[in-house]
Amino acid sequence: MIKTLAKSIREYKRASILTPLFVSLEVIIECMIPFITAKLITVIELGEGGFRAVIPYGIILVVLAALSLTFGALAGHYCAVASCGFAKNLRHDMYYAVQDYSFANIDKFSSSSLVTRMTTDVSNVQMSYMMLIRTAIRCPFMLIFALIMVFVISPRMSIGFAVIVPVLAIGLAIIIKNAHPIFKSVFKKYDNLNNSIQENVHGMRVVKSYVREDHEKKKFAKASDEVAGDFKRAEKILALNTPLMQLCFNMVMLFVCFFGTRLVVRSNGTLLHVGEMSAILTYGAQILMSLMMVSVIMVMIALSAASATRISEVLNEKSTITNPENPVREVADGSVEFKNVSFCYGASSEKKALANIDLSIASGETVGIVGGTGSGKTSLVQLISRLYDTDEGAVLVGGVNVKDYDLEALRTQVATVLQKNVLFSGTIKENIRWGDPDATDEEIERICKLAAADDFIKSFPDGYDTYIEQGGSNVSGGQKQRLCIARALIRKPKILILDDSTSAVDTKTDALIRRSFAEEIPGTTKIIIAQRISSVEHADKIVVLDGGKIESVGTHTELLEKSPIYKEVYNSQVKGGDEE
Amino acid sequence: MKKQNEAVKNGMPGKMPKGANKGVFMRLIKMLFKEYPFRLAAVAVCIATVAYASTIASIYLSDFIKLIGEAPSLGGWDGIKLTVYKMILEMVIIYALGIFAAFAYTRIMAVLTQEFLNTIRKKMFDKMESLPIRYFDTHPHGDIMSYYTNDIDTLRELVSRSIPQLFNSGLIVALLVTNMLRISFWMTLIVAFGAIFMLFVVKYIGGNSAKYFIKQQKTIAKTEGFIEEMINGQRVVKAFCHEKQSGVDFDEVNGKLCDDATKANRFANILMPIMGNIGNIIYVLVVFIGGALVFFGVNNVSIAPANNNVLISVAHVIPFLGITKQFTNNVSQASQQANSIVMAMAGSRRIFELLDEEPETDEGYVTLVNAKIENGIIIECEERTGKWAWKHPHSDGSVTYTELRGDVRIEHMDFGYVPEKTVLNDITLYAEPGQKVAFVGATGAGKTTITNLINRFYDIDDGKIRYDGININKIKKSDLRRSLGVVLQDTNLFTGTVMENIRYGKLDATDEECIAAAKLAHADSFITRLPDGYNTMITANGANLSQGQRQLLSIARAAVADPPVMILDEATSSIDTRTEAIVQKGMDALMKGRTVFVIAHRLSTVRNSDVIMVLEHGRIIERGDHEKLIAEKGKYYSLYTGAFELE
Repeated sequence: MIKTLAKSIREYKRASILTPLFVSLEVIIECMIPFITAKLITVIELGEGGFRAVIPYGIILVVLAALSLTFGALAGHYCAVASCGFAKNLRHDMYYAVQDYSFANIDKFSSSSLVTRMTTDVSNVQMSYMMLIRTAIRCPFMLIFALIMVFVISPRMSIGFAVIVPVLAIGLAIIIKNAHPIFKSVFKKYDNLNNSIQENVHGMRVVKSYVREDHEKKKFAKASDEVAGDFKRAEKILALNTPLMQLCFNMVMLFVCFFGTRLVVRSNGTLLHVGEMSAILTYGAQILMSLMMVSVIMVMIALSAASATRISEVLNEKSTITNPENPVREVADGSVEFKNVSFCYGASSEKKALANIDLSIASGETVGIVGGTGSGKTSLVQLISRLYDTDEGAVLVGGVNVKDYDLEALRTQVATVLQKNVLFSGTIKENIRWGDPDATDEEIERICKLAAADDFIKSFPDGYDTYIEQGGSNVSGGQKQRLCIARALIRKPKILILDDSTSAVDTKTDALIRRSFAEEIPGTTKIIIAQRISSVEHADKIVVLDGGKIESVGTHTELLEKSPIYKEVYNSQVKGGDEE
Repeated sequence: MKKQNEAVKNGMPGKMPKGANKGVFMRLIKMLFKEYPFRLAAVAVCIATVAYASTIASIYLSDFIKLIGEAPSLGGWDGIKLTVYKMILEMVIIYALGIFAAFAYTRIMAVLTQEFLNTIRKKMFDKMESLPIRYFDTHPHGDIMSYYTNDIDTLRELVSRSIPQLFNSGLIVALLVTNMLRISFWMTLIVAFGAIFMLFVVKYIGGNSAKYFIKQQKTIAKTEGFIEEMINGQRVVKAFCHEKQSGVDFDEVNGKLCDDATKANRFANILMPIMGNIGNIIYVLVVFIGGALVFFGVNNVSIAPANNNVLISVAHVIPFLGITKQFTNNVSQASQQANSIVMAMAGSRRIFELLDEEPETDEGYVTLVNAKIENGIIIECEERTGKWAWKHPHSDGSVTYTELRGDVRIEHMDFGYVPEKTVLNDITLYAEPGQKVAFVGATGAGKTTITNLINRFYDIDDGKIRYDGININKIKKSDLRRSLGVVLQDTNLFTGTVMENIRYGKLDATDEECIAAAKLAHADSFITRLPDGYNTMITANGANLSQGQRQLLSIARAAVADPPVMILDEATSSIDTRTEAIVQKGMDALMKGRTVFVIAHRLSTVRNSDVIMVLEHGRIIERGDHEKLIAEKGKYYSLYTGAFELE
């Protein structure tokens, strides 16, 4: 896991190394300052050499402070650069990893989980990284260095720390051990609480329609009280930190005051100076603070370990579909052949989405696919552009197994208009250019006419420059579908697949689109999945799927004869005289 | 959803002007004190004790040093032993008090913070529930959520850490200044100049840091938005081989975030080393200037008579140094809070914005009651009879009852979500009791808007809506809505079991009633096939169900409510035609004799309605039943025969 994440440091390696380096320098100087100060105080106290004797120490101290400031600021700077850069690289790497994912990979993680991993989890890791290269170096280093300094000043006085340090360490350990599990569970509850707020925000119309405001308030108050109660429990334990620290500081103070005074007086200042007494106090504070910070870091890192694991899962995920060696880059024609194809989503699902499919489609043919929900229509067409791989059998496009093609070459020639259409925020033109970045404005207009989209686009005040909101929320379903068809058409594919892409388009427009397909792109193989019989009626061949198997294949008239399913669907739509 | 976005686009900004941060801060403090006066007083006393205990250290230290100096003349260790014991004992007592005080205040604050956050959270939620639908239509949902997450977090930081820390440091600094003045006015002056310099540094660095943190917050939101959009559209990205371009676009956004984050963190990171070392330099300055004062034999000024008007000596300088150190330490510790205070101010300003929103008003006084009719007189009763009545109190104290029949009359109604754009023009329609009234028309024609007005999610601009002859403005909103069962296209389910979700329609429904409703909505068959049947948990708005199944569930939810009037807004749009017919039959049986409004773009859904209204550009252009409209060969006819585009 650490290895995987460490790969993302890259160009920030320098900053990541400089940070602890500067931190160490800062610590060393910071530990020298009380030492020199002690000397200075001794000089002042003894009054030997007058004011003049003070000057060198003063200068040294100012220089040291300036150095410490510089190193500290540099460490802070590089730390910010390193941690933010690391986070940037992590996001970059994850984003690019996801770009390589196959549909199967995306299914495995789910989109929303990927989003959380790229946002919240990365922030957590960034915070920990910042702590790791700065505070996690600083504190133990400071702890050790300060202890050494105390020992150098007075070995006898260092005995006191041998008692106080373990007291604090054990105390902190007990606090963490008791508080950490509560926090872990309460954060989960807190997330659930926020989820329920979100539900309310989204479902406010339902809440208000059913006049359930009071019900929701009560429900929320209960959940919120529970979260607050748990937090209180954990925070109460954590609140012991402050008095514990105070206790240890005070112990150091008492120890130094009593034994220090005794040592100074008894040894007549030979074993310990007054100035050194205050130096030991400063070191004492540094030691205890460091110990405290170490405990905080440990908790932070423990909490972010889960995030780190979730990130490395994304980075380590191998795409299930990769380019073959020596791929075929040319798609000869638009013919498609399924040879005894079986397919299921994920190894765990027992039910086959498709079983023993044999089907051949000649180049330039128009093929309709009908069947109920879950009959495998979408699965079937997704195999053609190798969005998923078959489990058994082979899919041939232009006479070549799809697994032998260069993925980009294949997908450029096989344009799929997915059932779940997505437009992206940007102008209409930009959205259409997804299909072909080099398309001219005239070309876009021509294609949109083919997709029966030109009329409504021109009715917008901004025409082709109309800005599409995220998710295409400012165009109607039918308009969205036609834009998506245009986006696929502009690629001039050899095979065009429409997966229920005209469901929100009325029958007449649907017919118009089909007519322009027949007239303008006769050479392209067109595979049309539809609910409406009228959408496939005139196809060269209609495939009826049922439960992942081909029930029958034939023309409209043939199927009315031989396929009971087809006949039933046809009758229900004709009898109703309905457009659906 | 579309409606909401339209409303957002048409203005009604949710952002308030900037400024007035101080007022917000004071309001927050006042709120805290009003809520917890005694505990905060106790906390203040405790913190004062802690502050006192931590400042006496320097005093005792200088006393010990003085004692050490006098030790030789007092007979060495044995001579001062008793004094030392006495002083140590005093210290132990004060420290014990200090530790106890620290224990008490941190504990009180830990509890108080959680209670305060809980109170605020509940207040926000209560307020949110009381807001009109317009609020939710005009504010991005992500924005509303961040009140509860980011903004509350900034408050937590402020209340639990920053305020006690500031108070503590402030007290210590005040005590230290007194101690310093007791030693020497001149040297105090040096420290004072140093402190002012430190404050400027804090203002600059801390201010910049906060500025960039707030900026970073915005960039994060933008980046997250980008990631969300692209990852959710990843399948399209793949199908179009758009991976490379998508990566390049991301790098740009990602780079921007990195820049802002680096700036924000850099300022935050360098604050402590800079402040700490300025402290060191001030220390050296005190040494120098103090030394110079001693060397040149300057006359001291002090508020303590013993130190006043005497020559400054080493005995003044040394204890002063300890105090200086403590002083600068406390100032730099307090400065650490600058960032979180600025963030908390921004956060609380937003929270107050929500708390100050105007709630949905309700001036209605006509209520809905269960009723039975005996000898032609309507009598109010407790139990559900399948009959309802409007209880109409009059100004003279008398009460009349009107039977709920489901007679809805809209007369010359105009409406627009924003004043400058009318969505509905001069709508007049009558829905008679027991009728099924359908609205058809293209997207944006105003179908959903009419239902938004009937249940008063929005108020009409002009005209009248009468419900059983009563102006709906006179009906209490909650009772009006209770009388209307609404099933929307965007189904919203809540976390909980399937059973709980159905029961949402009628909270005291028995399991049998819920199952009966599910059967009626044709949902029973798929529910029983779920892993835990009716006890299956629904999470994330039913992500594990198909859209059609979610719609069946929300129909079951409406069915269990058994309302006098039902509005079905594209309620069956994702259900296949065969199932729809079954559901429709069940609903027709349930709603027999009651009024139903149906909105659909699928004509099979509306065909058997009593009246069909064809809407175009906010006007009713045709009305009549299916046969009549077909015979008219107008818009409906062309919609029906597919000669026109519907959506």
